[in-house]
Amino acid sequence: MIRLENVSKTYRGASGSAANDVRLEISRGEFVFLVGSSGSGKSTLLRMLLREEKPDEGEIFVLGENLARLRQSQVASYRRKLGVVFQDFRLLTNKTVYQNVAYALQVIGKSKAFIETTVPDVLRLVGLEEKSANYPTALSGGEQQRVAIARALVNRPELLLADEPTGNLDPGNSREIMGLLERINLSGTTIVMATHDRGIVDQMQKRVIEVSEGRIVRDAQTAGYREIPSDAIGQVSEE
Amino acid sequence: MRISFVLRELWEGIRGNLSMVLSIVLVSFVSLSFVAVAALLQVQVGNLKNYWYDKAQIAIYLCNDFESELVCEAGAITQSQQIAVAAQLKSTALAPYIDTYYFESQEEAYQRLLEESSELSAAQYLNPEQLNATYWVSLADPESAELVVEAFESQPGVASVADQRSYFDPIIGLLNGASVAAGSIAAVMLFSAALLTATTIRLSAFARRKEIAIMRLVGASSASIQLPFILEGLLAALAGGGLAIGLNVFLVENYLTDSLALELAFANFVTTADVLQVAPFVLSLGAILAVLASGISTFRHLRT
Repeated sequence: MIRLENVSKTYRGASGSAANDVRLEISRGEFVFLVGSSGSGKSTLLRMLLREEKPDEGEIFVLGENLARLRQSQVASYRRKLGVVFQDFRLLTNKTVYQNVAYALQVIGKSKAFIETTVPDVLRLVGLEEKSANYPTALSGGEQQRVAIARALVNRPELLLADEPTGNLDPGNSREIMGLLERINLSGTTIVMATHDRGIVDQMQKRVIEVSEGRIVRDAQTAGYREIPSDAIGQVSEE
Repeated sequence: MRISFVLRELWEGIRGNLSMVLSIVLVSFVSLSFVAVAALLQVQVGNLKNYWYDKAQIAIYLCNDFESELVCEAGAITQSQQIAVAAQLKSTALAPYIDTYYFESQEEAYQRLLEESSELSAAQYLNPEQLNATYWVSLADPESAELVVEAFESQPGVASVADQRSYFDPIIGLLNGASVAAGSIAAVMLFSAALLTATTIRLSAFARRKEIAIMRLVGASSASIQLPFILEGLLAALAGGGLAIGLNVFLVENYLTDSLALELAFANFVTTADVLQVAPFVLSLGAILAVLASGISTFRHLRT
């Protein structure tokens, strides 16, 4: 599903590298946490998976595409195969819950009939069918993030990228969102989630990849995951 | 990408940015008005040339006894000299340039002068011998007048050669000057219109940056993201162009067709039909500039 081969990236003017010879493989159906302090390089990894950044060196394969070789004109169709959610939800405040989710389908030219059947389905999945006519400002943070998740899922992606999706939420809402993400993962969607929230990571018992100074310093594995080569791990700290 | 969606986005863009869109309309209006005026002045020059150059003739005035010795040192033209001039007119070398010609004797010139002049004119005090016998030459191609003039100017027995076209040179020069002036103003105005369009569309894109960010994330193509903005600039420019055409039609109808043309029938003024003929050119110029300006200004904004 995702394979990074010797990926390196240095931002112009930055002292350290954002990614340093990263090797990583994530299989279909996995739920993976990316952890690390601010500036560790986990956001860069997510941005590269989104193809907002290109690596300086190395190859990135996602959903069968080689992102380093992807032409500019192919980026749009690649992104239709992903879903993304962010810490700040990124909802349009002048559109209702329904319109926010439908917008993601309208802009890629889906038919009205398709939109009218798909959007209520996904709103039911995130438990917001009752609030489809509300505006985002009338919703709690947790509900807003659920709208964002619905929008990310509405085109039925195989891979969901989440950048600190609980970063703005209180513990109750965070638990709710994690429950939703887990259900989504159980239905077959691969999830890669960057987070600071150690509590969530400990509680969920999933694969954890820790990034520091652009290197993968820990890859705590769940059963069945193959041993990664030791030279891909900078300083291994087994827990 | 669906048309209904693009139109809705376009409408949102225009609604949220109305005063700026209006400013594009107005600047396009003024600049394209000047473009239309410059083009119409060129049409007017063409009209005058077509109409008058066809009628304009070359007059080969032959020597008489009254010409100064500087031009006619041997006095009046001799018969052999006149035969030489006539032969030159018939020569194969000049045949391609000359359409028709006829000879006007001194007596005929006098009769014409009498007919064309009022009683108190100089004709009463002149006699035929004081006038020049003349060959009137109509040209096949008015542009080759100079060649024909040169061919006869130095012929013995020829007093002078006049190209009637030259009477129109001052007015054509004036119109050409006005056309160049209008064109120059148009160029400056078009440049500012393009800059304003670029700025305005960039603001419009900035105002909708959240939507754009979301469109990019969910995989909308660059074309479908850019299209509403380009259409916004295009529509505003076309509206301005339409107003410019309207203004020109109004001016031509009111100040030329319905007033000046009635008094100066010979001038062959431009008409509404001419305005409508330059309209596609004016509108497409405005359209191309607007599309380029808004396309370039949003390109950087929308790159994935």
